[in-house]
Amino acid sequence: MSHEFLHLLEIVIASSLINNFVFTRFLGLCIFFGVSKKTETAVGMSITFTAVMMVSAAASWIVFNFIMLPLHLEFLKIVVFIGVVAGLVQASDTIMKKIAPALFHKLGVYLALISTNCIILAVPIICVDEKYSFLEGIALGLGSGLGFALALILMASLRERLELANIPKPFRGLPIAFIITGMVALAFTGFSGLIAE
Amino acid sequence: MEFIDSAVSLLQVSFELIQAVIAPQIMPCVESGVNSSSGSGSGIALLPLLKSALLFLSGIALVFGVTLALIAKFFNTKTDPKVEQVDELLAHAHCGACGFAGCHQYAEAVVNKPEVSPSLCTPAGKAAAAKIAALVGKDAGEQEPKTAFVACRGDSEMSKKKFEHRGVPDCVAAATVAGGDKECPFGCLGYGSCEAACPFGAIAVNANGLAVVDQKKCVACGLCVKACPRKIISIVTISKKPFVKCYSNDKGPAVRRICKVGCIGCGLCAKNCPSQAIEFTKNLAKIDQKKCTDCGLCETKCPTKAIVRI
Repeated sequence: MSHEFLHLLEIVIASSLINNFVFTRFLGLCIFFGVSKKTETAVGMSITFTAVMMVSAAASWIVFNFIMLPLHLEFLKIVVFIGVVAGLVQASDTIMKKIAPALFHKLGVYLALISTNCIILAVPIICVDEKYSFLEGIALGLGSGLGFALALILMASLRERLELANIPKPFRGLPIAFIITGMVALAFTGFSGLIAE
Repeated sequence: MEFIDSAVSLLQVSFELIQAVIAPQIMPCVESGVNSSSGSGSGIALLPLLKSALLFLSGIALVFGVTLALIAKFFNTKTDPKVEQVDELLAHAHCGACGFAGCHQYAEAVVNKPEVSPSLCTPAGKAAAAKIAALVGKDAGEQEPKTAFVACRGDSEMSKKKFEHRGVPDCVAAATVAGGDKECPFGCLGYGSCEAACPFGAIAVNANGLAVVDQKKCVACGLCVKACPRKIISIVTISKKPFVKCYSNDKGPAVRRICKVGCIGCGLCAKNCPSQAIEFTKNLAKIDQKKCTDCGLCETKCPTKAIVRI
């Protein structure tokens, strides 16, 4: 394997396991708690999220490096990245409705939810901070999507079993979900030594 | 272009005002601010930067707006207004009674395909079926009202339990351990998997641990039928005629030992039936609703009172 590919793989593993966006960076929590009630919605959401993440990471990288850097407009990055993501999501919503209506009926609901998600802003900003190249940015998007998928599906499976358990009344629903998330986050710190620097 | 210039110069004047009057009072300690020196000697070229920022933002907004408008135009999907009208009449319980993947899919199918019946949405009721039939120009057809039927009378007083189930209070979970905690391997376990599956609240477990159907609320969607691990629930046409409320295939003495109200396969009902409407399969009686004349003899003759009206 070439050095370049290994480096990209390293980024994917780092952003999906070691610095998992949900369990280590604690981003994207509203969607995480909202969609993690059933496993099938979790799977649908993960697929849509990864796809949107990779495309928006690429688009934001292009806009940032080819337009904003030469014009010294880096301070506008938050506004512009949100604008790019919102535009992309709306465009993909319309295009998917026409090209793949069956897919749209299954996954289109999640598209609107994705644009109001901290992770969708975090990934381009991290690309800017770490001065990633185009491929590295896409790798970060892929890794964040995979990490989010892992977190969502884990949580959905846990919450489905929690439904049947005998939980004390004050903890039912969201409180026990928060506690469980904290415990899983603790468990995820075990990944911290995975890639030796 | 003039108003951009005037807007930018307005911004610059207000910025210098803030800098000269307010900033020295609130930031005396800031050493290296953006514009730390009073007056116009700034570290960065503010005016051209503001100009390019405004141009860039308006430019990107224009590009996005035009692109989205073009996409909306070229990828326009024409939605048939009839589909929307039919969709509004449906119950939207997402129960699957119609047999389609979703309520919207059924609306599309009913409008576009001639063989799909307009009365498949049972939760919507007969009135909605008639309206849908009128919309799509099809015949609603005669629909006999149906309901779910739990073929068991063995609650905690009538039947025995093998062991105390302390695991997850769910029928599917209980059924996986040694064939369930009930002595009868066919009976209703009473932990409420059917109740959890019903979106209409039409089936519930009563105080004695037996699932009971509320016929007023039941729309015969079939979700409880799929949820029951014993497969003891079925959809039947509502009729005043008697039903055998048992599902046990065990022989008479075995049933007698574990349940007071189970069918023991004695055959008294079949012998006394004047219209030969009762037949036996695997020690279980079954009444053919079409042949039954509702004389009520089987009900009186049954020694365990397993035959009841629903």
